[in-house]
Amino acid sequence: MDNVKLRTLSVLVDNESGVLSQISRLFSRKGFNVESLAVGVTEDPAVSRMTIEVMANDNHTNLICNQLNKMVPVHSVKLLEPSHSIRRELVLYKVRAKNSEDKNQIIQIANIFRGAIIDVSKETLTISIIGEEKKTDAVQELLADFGIVEMVRTGMIALERGKYTIDEDTKVKGEFNYGKNVL
Amino acid sequence: MEMTGAKILLECLLEQGVDTVFGYPGGTILNVYDELYHYQDKITHILTAHEQGAAHAADGYARSTGKVGVCFATSGPGACNLTTGIATAYMDSSPVVFISCNVPQALIGKDAFQEVDITGITMPITKCTYLIRDVNDLADSVREAFALARSGRPGPVMIDIVKDVTAAKGEFEYLPKEKHATSGRLASLMERARTSALKMPEPDQGDINKLVEMIAESQKPMLICGGGVVRGRAHEEFREFARRIDAPVAITLMGGGGVSGTDPLATGMIGMHGSKASNMACDGCDLLIAVGCRFSDRVALKPDTFARNAKIVHIDIDRAEINKNVQTDHHIIGDAKQVLELLNRKVPKYEHPEWKKYVFSFPTETQYDDSHVMSPKQILSTVSRLCPEDTIVSTDVGQHQMWAIQHFHFDYPGQLLTSGGFGTMGFGLGAAIGAKMGNPDKTVIHITGDGSFRMNCNELSTEEFYKLPIITFVMNNRRLGMVRQWQELVYDKRFFQTTTERGPSFSKLAEANGLQGFRVSTVEELEEAIQAALAAAENGQGTVIDCDIYEGELVRPMVNGGKHITEFLVN
Repeated sequence: MDNVKLRTLSVLVDNESGVLSQISRLFSRKGFNVESLAVGVTEDPAVSRMTIEVMANDNHTNLICNQLNKMVPVHSVKLLEPSHSIRRELVLYKVRAKNSEDKNQIIQIANIFRGAIIDVSKETLTISIIGEEKKTDAVQELLADFGIVEMVRTGMIALERGKYTIDEDTKVKGEFNYGKNVL
Repeated sequence: MEMTGAKILLECLLEQGVDTVFGYPGGTILNVYDELYHYQDKITHILTAHEQGAAHAADGYARSTGKVGVCFATSGPGACNLTTGIATAYMDSSPVVFISCNVPQALIGKDAFQEVDITGITMPITKCTYLIRDVNDLADSVREAFALARSGRPGPVMIDIVKDVTAAKGEFEYLPKEKHATSGRLASLMERARTSALKMPEPDQGDINKLVEMIAESQKPMLICGGGVVRGRAHEEFREFARRIDAPVAITLMGGGGVSGTDPLATGMIGMHGSKASNMACDGCDLLIAVGCRFSDRVALKPDTFARNAKIVHIDIDRAEINKNVQTDHHIIGDAKQVLELLNRKVPKYEHPEWKKYVFSFPTETQYDDSHVMSPKQILSTVSRLCPEDTIVSTDVGQHQMWAIQHFHFDYPGQLLTSGGFGTMGFGLGAAIGAKMGNPDKTVIHITGDGSFRMNCNELSTEEFYKLPIITFVMNNRRLGMVRQWQELVYDKRFFQTTTERGPSFSKLAEANGLQGFRVSTVEELEEAIQAALAAAENGQGTVIDCDIYEGELVRPMVNGGKHITEFLVN
């Protein structure tokens, strides 16, 4: 398909049980593979914010947004443009570090990438790194030489730059509300 | 006032004006049925033979009356038996509230007897699902469910209530239906949906004006009448609009009744079994305006070349349908009735005599060979000649369904009840029962095939018990005709598993259920049987008329799936 690239969607949803499964089912039943999904509660405890990343072309992206907007627990959906948004991910690496020389080198790498050492044992160091794929991939490549014991990602989270928020009124947004199920 | 959950549920139904419920009791829903015992004077419960029949009946009731249908079932198998009915309602945007009860809270997740995660199962086939674990959430959720089912693009909603909640006591205050939107959780939902909160917002004026201009430029306009016109009861506005732009009108299967079949602008159905006139018009037009249709794969068989010479304009209530199946040039979001009203105010009267002459040079109806036993056309024209004009027609799925839409002329929304999107064999009898409950003064007929009828003919006992005089016409070719048709045309006539030369004798089956049964093989016999059926209907007795037809009869024309709309496989 033409123009397939990574799309970042920001979605506000009811903070209720079953909502995550409802959203993730939508992706599976429409045949979209989710690259990353991160959820957490917002300043309003009744509302959670999901950041979903998916490989899709323009048309499919629109379809996903439209389908998401139709769901009752969904408050709003926004496609975040890469040039107008910031994306971050937290990655934890547990790296093999048998001797102090290895440990020193790993600490230096962590420092260069503004990471932090958050756990240490006789044989391992655990590092946290915050950033986009470019940064985390670079760190990962460097750490691979020491041996990554295990790692975990939070999934990408993103916000729009500047004063804009997910709640702006646009024509497209107005349109969504028609199909929305409310009286 | 403090009352049990079961009573709250029934009070909520009364708030919504519900007087008819279709269902089947069982262990977990007993509290509700016990309460229903005290509400017999206000709510009529129709006990079907199987939950699937109840689901289709509630659906048929909703489609024919425009009200929200209600269906009850117990946990586990009861709820699972609803699923085909729920999916049928979902695909055809029919407003039905399905209510089941689940095992008690303490047993949830323990694989208890008759436990199933029905909200999980039905999530992809409903607009919304509710699992109610607290009696204090019950009234709010039921109000929300009804509002969701009927508003926007209608559709089914599932409510699953754990058994304890139906016994637990909670506070309930009567709230008139008009006030639901401003109280409880529904109010916050409304607020969230901002513009559409209390009324459907005006369709975008700019979008309307653009279409008005496009119409002015068009020499060869064409209209498609979809299910949205039927659901939105926008038939009058649609007819006016068609008159104004003087365009041929094709219907989709779900659009049957949205525009009168006898309208001089009507070209018949479009798509796989569409008429020559409709399909040729679609290929030749320069502006295609589709109202309330979703360009399913049975209409837009090959999306890339669909209406290839035309600008496509899509009018739909659901934003998610725009550019889903076919790439369009322009769209207007809104309720069909409202959008068409606005358009009618702005669009002057046009005339396109040459274009119409071209379109109507192709047949709008298929001619069938009358030399075999009885042809489908003979049967259907006899039925429509002898039955009252406003007869409600429910169908099952297959060849008979296509013949019915080709040869019956539907005049108003809700006259045709058919499973279009999901194609559910066995839909028809249940739907007819629901339609008769909702329209006791109208004649209700059920057109079916021997395959479809065999699936849910158990509901004949329901029909008899409640004295619902439905007239069933079985187009009996002793074959699974539509599948056989594909085997004949696409699979080199390797007829396999489609010959159903087997029982029962449908006329005897009818008699066994206390109904009249006839087996007919000539038009004269058919006429006599219909007269007898209409007479028996006066006394509340239903009839099954088993019509012998030629097994080799095809639905014509036919365009194969994925092929261009004028590449007819058979003419």
